[in-house]
Amino acid sequence: MTNNKKIYDKGMVIIGLCIFVVVITFPFWFNLGNAAPAPEPKIADKAKAAKECVMPKAYMKVEHMQILNEWRDTVVRDAKRIFVNSSGKEFNMSLTSTCLDCHTEKAEFCDKCHDYASVSPYCWECHIDPKETK
Amino acid sequence: MKSSRRKFLKIAGVSALGLGVRPVLDVLASSAEHEATSKPEIKKGKDALTAKRWAMVVDTRKIESQEDVKPMIEACHKIHNVPDFENKNHEIKWIWLEEFKHEFPTQEHEFVDERLRELPFLTLCNHCENAACVRVCPTKATFKREDGIVLMDFHRCIGCRFCMAACPYGSRSFNFRDPRPFIKEQNPEFPTRSKGVVEKCNFCAERLAVGKLPACVEVSNGVLTFGDLDDPESEVREILRTNYTIRRKPALGAGPSIFYIV
Repeated sequence: MTNNKKIYDKGMVIIGLCIFVVVITFPFWFNLGNAAPAPEPKIADKAKAAKECVMPKAYMKVEHMQILNEWRDTVVRDAKRIFVNSSGKEFNMSLTSTCLDCHTEKAEFCDKCHDYASVSPYCWECHIDPKETK
Repeated sequence: MKSSRRKFLKIAGVSALGLGVRPVLDVLASSAEHEATSKPEIKKGKDALTAKRWAMVVDTRKIESQEDVKPMIEACHKIHNVPDFENKNHEIKWIWLEEFKHEFPTQEHEFVDERLRELPFLTLCNHCENAACVRVCPTKATFKREDGIVLMDFHRCIGCRFCMAACPYGSRSFNFRDPRPFIKEQNPEFPTRSKGVVEKCNFCAERLAVGKLPACVEVSNGVLTFGDLDDPESEVREILRTNYTIRRKPALGAGPSIFYIV
């Protein structure tokens, strides 16, 4: 039996494979260490002074979209507009009048992270940031 | 290792007991936590105006010219961020004026007296008892609230315009363009709409929630009366008892909640 495990043009094939590997991994090693740092949302002074959001900070960080969804449904569909949090404090369930009242810097607070995470919630197509009104 | 039946049963019994204890401990632990913090709660504002069926009476005897009704339209359109498009085909209207022949087409005849023929009739969503728009809306963006208000959830509207085809009163308008550049003065308290969404009068649901009457009623100088149709003691019922009133296109059976004294 003859040895048929021979690679024809061995040199060229190996060089070609090397080039292929380099090209395909280019984005990985080219951007190595250049990852954009996760933005730190700027907490406005008024929010800092208030110390507490409607729910604990950890919850708001992860679940704010859920609570906003719940708020919009109960406000519009059930006509219930007052949120009482676990420590008994009452809030008007309003994006513009309550959230933005403390978090006065929408660009530094909302947009910064949303841009980084590449999410574009459509809140602001209708709801108004008082700062951006003409 | 040899194990007797007796030993096996003992171990099985102790294990079963252990499994049973765990949920009991969990319940005890959680009830102890509950005393420290209560669950968040959602409720109505304490000043909110409530009713079984909101209704409005328009006393057209108190209207003489357009000057009497313009403030009501302006008040409404200003607080609700209603855009002002120059193109009539794009017009957005929550409350507007109509001639007698268009307002009450079945009552119109060639000998209608001059006052009625010339009079501007205030027109708005009728918040019908059997609203056709609610029935046709495929996403339930338009729905009937417990207090009789036919309300729109702009978040859900997909702009199919079935409701516009269904509404016999022309109470609905469609945003063919982005309305924001056409709003003279934005009211941050109320959202604008976006392109591709239908809109209409909401009976000032956002004002009722904080104990205020609708904006048009507030500036109407007695032309408009707002109240609960289900309450025999209410002001609207008193007016309906003592005056002859008509509604738009009653034969359709939609059951409008807007009444006109002509």
